[in-house]
Amino acid sequence: MKYFLSAAAVCLTAAVSLPAQAGQTFDAVKARGTVTCGVHTGLGGFGAPDAKGEWAGLDVDVCRAVAAAVFGDAKKVRYVPLSAQQRLTALQSGEIDLLSRNTTWTMSRDTASGLLFTAVNFYDGQGFLVNKKLGVKGAKDLNGATVCVQTGTTTELNLADFARANKIELKPVTIENFEEAANAFVSGRCDAMTSDGSQLAAIRANQTPNPDDYVILPERISKEPLATAVRQGDDQWFNIVKWTFQAMIEAEERGVTSANVDDMTKSSDPNVQRLLGVTAGMGKGLGVDDKWAYNIIKQVGNYGESFERNVGHGSKLKLDRGLNALWTRGGMMYAIPVR
Amino acid sequence: MTTEPTVGLLTVPWRWSRRHLFQSPGSSVLTLLAAWLLWKVLPSAVNWALVKAVWSGDPAACRASGGACWAFVTEKYRLILFGIYPYDEQWRPLTAIVVFVVMMLASAHPSCWRRWLIWMWAGGLVLVGILMWGGVPGLPYVSNDRWGGLPLTLILSATGIVLSFPLALLLALGRRSRLPAVRAASVAYIELWRGVPLVSVLFMASIMFPLFLPEGITVDKLLRAQAGIILFTAAYLAENVRGGLQAIARGQFEAADALGLSYWQKTRLIILPQALRLVIPPLVGQFITTFKDTSLVVIIGLYDLLSSTKMALSDPQWRAFYIEGYVVAALIYTVFTAAMSYYSQYLERRLDRDRRRS
Repeated sequence: MKYFLSAAAVCLTAAVSLPAQAGQTFDAVKARGTVTCGVHTGLGGFGAPDAKGEWAGLDVDVCRAVAAAVFGDAKKVRYVPLSAQQRLTALQSGEIDLLSRNTTWTMSRDTASGLLFTAVNFYDGQGFLVNKKLGVKGAKDLNGATVCVQTGTTTELNLADFARANKIELKPVTIENFEEAANAFVSGRCDAMTSDGSQLAAIRANQTPNPDDYVILPERISKEPLATAVRQGDDQWFNIVKWTFQAMIEAEERGVTSANVDDMTKSSDPNVQRLLGVTAGMGKGLGVDDKWAYNIIKQVGNYGESFERNVGHGSKLKLDRGLNALWTRGGMMYAIPVR
Repeated sequence: MTTEPTVGLLTVPWRWSRRHLFQSPGSSVLTLLAAWLLWKVLPSAVNWALVKAVWSGDPAACRASGGACWAFVTEKYRLILFGIYPYDEQWRPLTAIVVFVVMMLASAHPSCWRRWLIWMWAGGLVLVGILMWGGVPGLPYVSNDRWGGLPLTLILSATGIVLSFPLALLLALGRRSRLPAVRAASVAYIELWRGVPLVSVLFMASIMFPLFLPEGITVDKLLRAQAGIILFTAAYLAENVRGGLQAIARGQFEAADALGLSYWQKTRLIILPQALRLVIPPLVGQFITTFKDTSLVVIIGLYDLLSSTKMALSDPQWRAFYIEGYVVAALIYTVFTAAMSYYSQYLERRLDRDRRRS
């Protein structure tokens, strides 16, 4: 009995604290032949199935790009839709290989949760949407205004913090359901609506009678760097996911698109040659084919293309690039050199 | 002395309403109140749902009309019904729904309560599995993380009910057993599972359970949820069955013993047939609850009917028309649960008739 108990204890310890060997996730991905990617259960523009049930969105494109880098085929992804509560555990337990699901990068998630964030693929932040008739120029002019907000989210807490910090009085109208909150705002029950900037833009473009009558105020009262995450313990896999996204920004910086990528392989620019694998050797460090970035750009596109298609003006969300523009155009997207 | 009243055109409705609507001052007040409510609510509801409704078109047309936007449902009905099941293969989940409905109808009539019913369900569930998974010639393989919509709701609830029932019988018998260990185990099981809400069972199954497994070993998400639903439902069903067992007169047990029947013969031939008949209403009530409770899998990212409706609503263009989406989901749920409860009433009447005859 004693022997049995100690054996059980050993097994249990092994089960909960199994040290992840280097390359474990990557090896499993290669053996399986697909990337298992945790996505949103349905967030238009970021991760949602289209009318035919095929996944699409800015976050989904990261999954597809990783599959393109590893297998040369962006279709080799298995999507696991996750609720907000499940998402971190699903990554910790190994149910998914990477998490690309509208997740804010925070310190505690990076440290205590056993995750590693690879790169921010969308800079979001909480803001205010108002009717132009209200005549306010900034969020601090909202003193005394009623604000529609969804209950039980950090959005509500941020709103209270903002009001306290700026010594203004805001009257929150809390509504359980996000769609209902948006409808309440559009029908005039509140002076302003607060949520993440991307969501406000979506309401403005799709739910208002005339989008030009509405304006999103310039202030952002919270920072929401939405990022892709992997599990700790496999540095090689971390690198692959990190550089997959860097390649998408680098491609945009260098003007390489899915349409011209074949012509660009003849480019004399050494940066482009390295990116597209014309100069051999860049894939070796990642453990993937030299054509890794070529495959990403060919099949998924560069970051700008992905943005326009999913959330930009070519989509239903009609978001401006804003912070998500390249650094050369006043945004925050800055590719680390591929060399 | 009774004088035959002159039968005018209004006599019959007058008598009928006297008897059913205005029998006492109290019921008269209630009738008038209900009529007033209908008068207040019905015209605007009809106006919204039918008169001003938009049946097809784009979101702009819907916004302009101000009525119900059934165009959303026209546009997205396949996503609502089948979730993200591959588009070209959606005849398969449709067939699976038909198989389920046929099996339920076949199980409904007491003349079909024969042994073959068990085999039919076993065969039917295998058939549904083949249809949904595929992987046989002619049917490409579809991983179960792409299942969704109404078929998933039916699979979770029907499998949950069918598989939890035998477990519930054993637990109910175990709780009345004379063997202390069996009794204690049954009581512990039932009380433990009844003490936890289904949401937390699903949470444990989907969030805590994977953490206990070694890294890299994962049990399928659907399977975990299904197991949770079966184990949870069994505890409730067991108490329903026990209620029936307790209502059986002691003489029945003694008579069965006197015939020299073994425990299992006695239980199978004498006790259970009578006990189960007594508890049909609570059993059907539990089935309805299980059917509706499957919508809780939304928290673990499975696309049952309700969550696939939600997913269809994630399209920013159509997001404003969530009421229409939920109304449709509610109607589908209502069809199934109403069928179940009418059936339960029919069954009670029929079994009462049997009893009177004997």
